[in-house]
Amino acid sequence: MTKTLAVSVWRGKEEGGFVSYEVPRRDNQTVLDVITHIQRNVDHTLAYRFACRVGMCGSCAMTVNGKARWTCRTHVSQVAENGKLELAPLANLPIVKDLVTDMRDFFDKWARGLGQFKGSRTRKDEFEKVRPDSKARMAADAGIECIGCGVCYASCDVVSWRPDYLGPAALNRAWTLVNDQRDTQLVERMKAVAGDAGCHSCHTQGSCTERCPKQLAPTAGIAGLKRQLMTTPAGGK
Amino acid sequence: MTHAETKRQLWYVQRISAMVLACCVVAHLAIMIYAVRGGLSGAEILARTQGSWLFGAFYAVFVLGCAAHVPIGVTNIAEEWFGVRGFKSTLIAQLFTWGILILGLRAVWGVIAS
Repeated sequence: MTKTLAVSVWRGKEEGGFVSYEVPRRDNQTVLDVITHIQRNVDHTLAYRFACRVGMCGSCAMTVNGKARWTCRTHVSQVAENGKLELAPLANLPIVKDLVTDMRDFFDKWARGLGQFKGSRTRKDEFEKVRPDSKARMAADAGIECIGCGVCYASCDVVSWRPDYLGPAALNRAWTLVNDQRDTQLVERMKAVAGDAGCHSCHTQGSCTERCPKQLAPTAGIAGLKRQLMTTPAGGK
Repeated sequence: MTHAETKRQLWYVQRISAMVLACCVVAHLAIMIYAVRGGLSGAEILARTQGSWLFGAFYAVFVLGCAAHVPIGVTNIAEEWFGVRGFKSTLIAQLFTWGILILGLRAVWGVIAS
């Protein structure tokens, strides 16, 4: 007899409920495989989002048994409790449909934290020399591999309490640029990330660092911003 | 001054006052454990504290630390857990600041004045 998984999936928008499905259990099955099985074989109307399936694009994050995770690289064996899975959309983001959330707020906040690189050189200039072993570059490298999956944002209590809080991913991005010696927007960026919409609201609870699938530490980056802002006013004097 | 700049400054005030309070709490506990030993009556406490300006100065610093630290934390709790913003959260902070200052310094005065 084939083993099965009992899967509860959120259906609907903000208003909705969990619907139960039975899915065959397979070897090396990922949570994304489970959702794909339901969508292709049981209910074609199930909405979910994915692209690369190999942990690069950051589009398949969902709440799995109560915790935000990337589903493409989460094996069922890691998370199923007594053969049961509960799948819901990411928290702290509006639901578009079923497992799909509206990520606009999340990415708009990257922009508000000045997450764009702006250099001073043109293609006609020489390359700037950046020492890979310099303190600043190593700090930037520590946070640079973010794939923008939103797991940290969905796991952050401060985001749920303060809707204008930029969140761990945007602040981590800002921290990498603060440490990029080629970037020219340091002063404006420090203004953008100060105060209660920025790094000073972080309680250093560490859920973002705990849950980040890329093992980044936004908490450390946010602490770095706070240290830097100790001597830099947030402007508007 | 912008709202962000005020919040930035308050964050550092809260952290620095926390460091002061940590030292005060350790000293307070150490003095208590040393002083009590075999039991201590109210009259005996007052006999030691009355007229001691060093004692008064120490606890005045303790009160000032609390008056700086507590209102910022309480405001954050009010904002984050109860959605209180703007004027109301400032009012809560002011109430706690003045409450702690008046009651705390009055208590210090009460035990050092002879």
